Amino acid sequence: MQLGSIFLLALLEGLVSASVLALTACGLSLVFGIMRVVNVAHGEFFMLGAVLAWFTASLMPGPPALTFVAALVICPLIVGAVAALADMLVLKRLNYEPEATIVATIGLLYILQQGALTVFGPNALPVPAPLDFRLQFPGFGYSGYKIAVILAAVLLLLGLWLILTRTRIGLVMRATQIDRATARAFGINVDRVYAGVFAMGAGLAAIAAVLIVPIQQAHYLMGADPLLLSFSVVIIGGLGSLRGTVVAALLIGMVDQMIPIFMPVVFPAYGAWFTPTLAKIIATLVVALVLVFRPQGLFGKRMA
Amino acid sequence: MIDRRALFLHLAVLAALLAALPMLAAYHVTNIAKIMVLAVYAMGYNIAFGYTGLLSLGHAMFFAAGLYAAGMGISLFGLSAAGALVLGPVAGGLAATLVGLLALRTAGVAFMIVTLMFAQAGYLTILYFVKYTRGDEGIVIARAARAIGSVDLSADTPRYLLAFGIFALALLLNLALVRSPFGRIMVAMRENEARSRMLGYNPYTVKLTALAVSGVYAGAAGAAYAVVFGYVGASLASVQYSILPLLYVLLGGAGTVLGPFLGALLMFYLIDYASSATSAYLFIVGAALILLVLFAPKGILGTLRERHARWLP
Amino acid sequence: MAAVILEARGLTRHFGGLKAVDGVDFDLRQGEIHALIGPNGAGKTTFVSLLSGRIEAQSGRISFDGRDITRLPAHARVRLGIAYTFQITQIYAALSVFDNVALAAQSRGSHPLGAAAMEALSRVGLEARKDQIAGTLSYGHQRLLEVAMGLALKPRLLILDEPTQGLSQGEIETFNGIVKSVVPEATVLLIEHNMDVVMELAEWITVLNFGQVLATGTPPAIRANPAVQSAYLGA
Ligand SMILES: Nc1ncnc2c1ncn2[C@@H]1O[C@H](COP(=O)(O)OP(=O)(O)O)[C@@H](O)[C@H]1O
Ligand SMILES: [Mg+2]
Repeated sequence: MQLGSIFLLALLEGLVSASVLALTACGLSLVFGIMRVVNVAHGEFFMLGAVLAWFTASLMPGPPALTFVAALVICPLIVGAVAALADMLVLKRLNYEPEATIVATIGLLYILQQGALTVFGPNALPVPAPLDFRLQFPGFGYSGYKIAVILAAVLLLLGLWLILTRTRIGLVMRATQIDRATARAFGINVDRVYAGVFAMGAGLAAIAAVLIVPIQQAHYLMGADPLLLSFSVVIIGGLGSLRGTVVAALLIGMVDQMIPIFMPVVFPAYGAWFTPTLAKIIATLVVALVLVFRPQGLFGKRMA
Repeated sequence: MIDRRALFLHLAVLAALLAALPMLAAYHVTNIAKIMVLAVYAMGYNIAFGYTGLLSLGHAMFFAAGLYAAGMGISLFGLSAAGALVLGPVAGGLAATLVGLLALRTAGVAFMIVTLMFAQAGYLTILYFVKYTRGDEGIVIARAARAIGSVDLSADTPRYLLAFGIFALALLLNLALVRSPFGRIMVAMRENEARSRMLGYNPYTVKLTALAVSGVYAGAAGAAYAVVFGYVGASLASVQYSILPLLYVLLGGAGTVLGPFLGALLMFYLIDYASSATSAYLFIVGAALILLVLFAPKGILGTLRERHARWLP
Repeated sequence: MAAVILEARGLTRHFGGLKAVDGVDFDLRQGEIHALIGPNGAGKTTFVSLLSGRIEAQSGRISFDGRDITRLPAHARVRLGIAYTFQITQIYAALSVFDNVALAAQSRGSHPLGAAAMEALSRVGLEARKDQIAGTLSYGHQRLLEVAMGLALKPRLLILDEPTQGLSQGEIETFNGIVKSVVPEATVLLIEHNMDVVMELAEWITVLNFGQVLATGTPPAIRANPAVQSAYLGA
């Protein structure tokens, strides 16, 4: 392949992973931004969405395209309901005290992971792609489904943005974010907003997961990577800032995918000692250092 | 100022552990030895979390520092078992100091995430240097190397006694630490950092010292684990091993000297019992974490201290 | 007149557009009781926070005992002998009364610790409550405990931020006695709303308004100052 084609391929792969990551991380960011809750179980909501997508697709009769669309609707709803339940039964009772909340979401992580293992077993679960065509690019053919994932993510993010900025729901959410007590005084049911936001955050992760399962199979341990990547994105983008989150997701998603595709071409030592593991180590350290030295993220403004 | 009752209680626990040895079945001898080693780790965690208020999610890195210092020291550099037991705490303390220098610039939730990230980087580093660490598969330390003098530490009784010795030392030092002037400052930092600063204490150095001590404990436990059980693997450096001492401490009682041991003992046997019934032991861990923060955030001994025994250290 | 122990020049701290402290020049003389008064929101707490290092100054300079301390962190200033008691009570609510004061005495390196702590407690009349959990004390006793912690630091400059707020008349008299007993070895800077306390204790008064010094002088001079009367006392 020509260098140009390789670059284009890497770009597309990067965009696919960036768009799924943007959806997942926006869920995490939304929950942190409005509820100040760091949800360590976020990756498990992602995983739950994925295995439920397999469940729906394999149980429902009909063509893959139809069952897939059904999964795209059903899975986020179920996962959102699980999240709302967790919020009402656990987080709310902890009064969203930050440290206790993190410990509780760690507990939730274990329960969901074990639950998925017990119900769905330890095997990777495939979901057929709903679209089956390839697009011809100069030098290579590319999955049409992956392009559809990018488009779907863009539409969903636009929808999210519209909900947050243009609707009453968004207004209520922002009011709650600014001041819980005042919001309550204005007759906003803060408990319901919180449960709704937590459900929405989990639902976003679930949608992202449903989109990705035709590319990457569902598995009960698949939550760890999206969790760490989402954390990185939210930290680099600036805690709680959705715009920063999307920008950072693009950056990290691209880098994450482009390194293994592009690096061996420009950098012959790649693979010998510059392995994906080393790239991960560096990325993890960079994220930690950003949190230490620029807690407002790379794109946020420092608070007074 | 060590309360008489407190000293007596801790000595009694130690005496009971020693007296139990001849009565225990081999299976439980190994278990209790492991629990004592893990309790040392949890005691270290408790010094940071329970006493100083530093909720770290990255202690596995300090445990692993001791574990690998011992394991690689023995298998690659021909270090003696005794030497490994000395090197472990040094490595743990060093790792904690380095992490603390950076991570302690943050607080609260950010501190949790930064420590988590550093530990994750540490875990990945172990995987990266698979040639030396043997990665997930791990290093099995030869039986011949697990001896101090002519005492074979892979046999049940010596292994129990070594674990006991380290545990006893750690417990008594822990007691002395929390009753020392510095122990009072650690608690002060946990209770009210702004006030402590305005009493002339530098929060950064106090926390860094506490974290370093915590790391020494974790490193000592790691080295003891390597020597006593002869296995050093990457899974022992994973996130789960950062959560484990948190769980023990929450269960037994944060900010109590005996809490980590009690938590380790109960949790170990609960998981042991559960995993013989089902494979779903992570359910237990998850449910225990949630139930504890919801209904008993002070843990067993913390609740006991609040209600009945204020003298409990 | 006694030597100046603390000197501030052009001290400034804004919060966004709000000029909480705005170019304040200020002198404290060794051994005096100096009252800082002014309406709510005048910037008194912010100003003494700048002196104690709890808040960083945006510009200006502070020297203590001839030494520039502008960039010194708060805990280091405490070690130099600047003690600060919070306007909003800041005690260790979960610890015993004794431990609260012992932590202060220990910071000073007092030896034996127990005796030093008990001495501070008896000066505020709380020695009988040494084993009580501090959070269970009445509000007035918590304020006095806070003062005892300040005393146990054996400071050279004791900054008290509205210490008599919420105290009973009897407790106020105890408090007045304590403050008088501190000088002239130490210097006292006192933020106070209770004019009786100010007039009883202060040898010198500085009036702050909108982050600036409105007037400074002896109590009679301040009482006679028309600007002060219209801004504050007249109210
Ligand atoms: N941390 C802060 N952030 C923003 N504004 C503050 C802060 N601290 C004080 N202020 C504002 O600065 C002004 C002075 O406050 P303060 O120093 O507490 O006044 P005083 O003690 O004289 O009542 C007030 O308007 C207050 O609202
Ligand atoms: Mg004030």
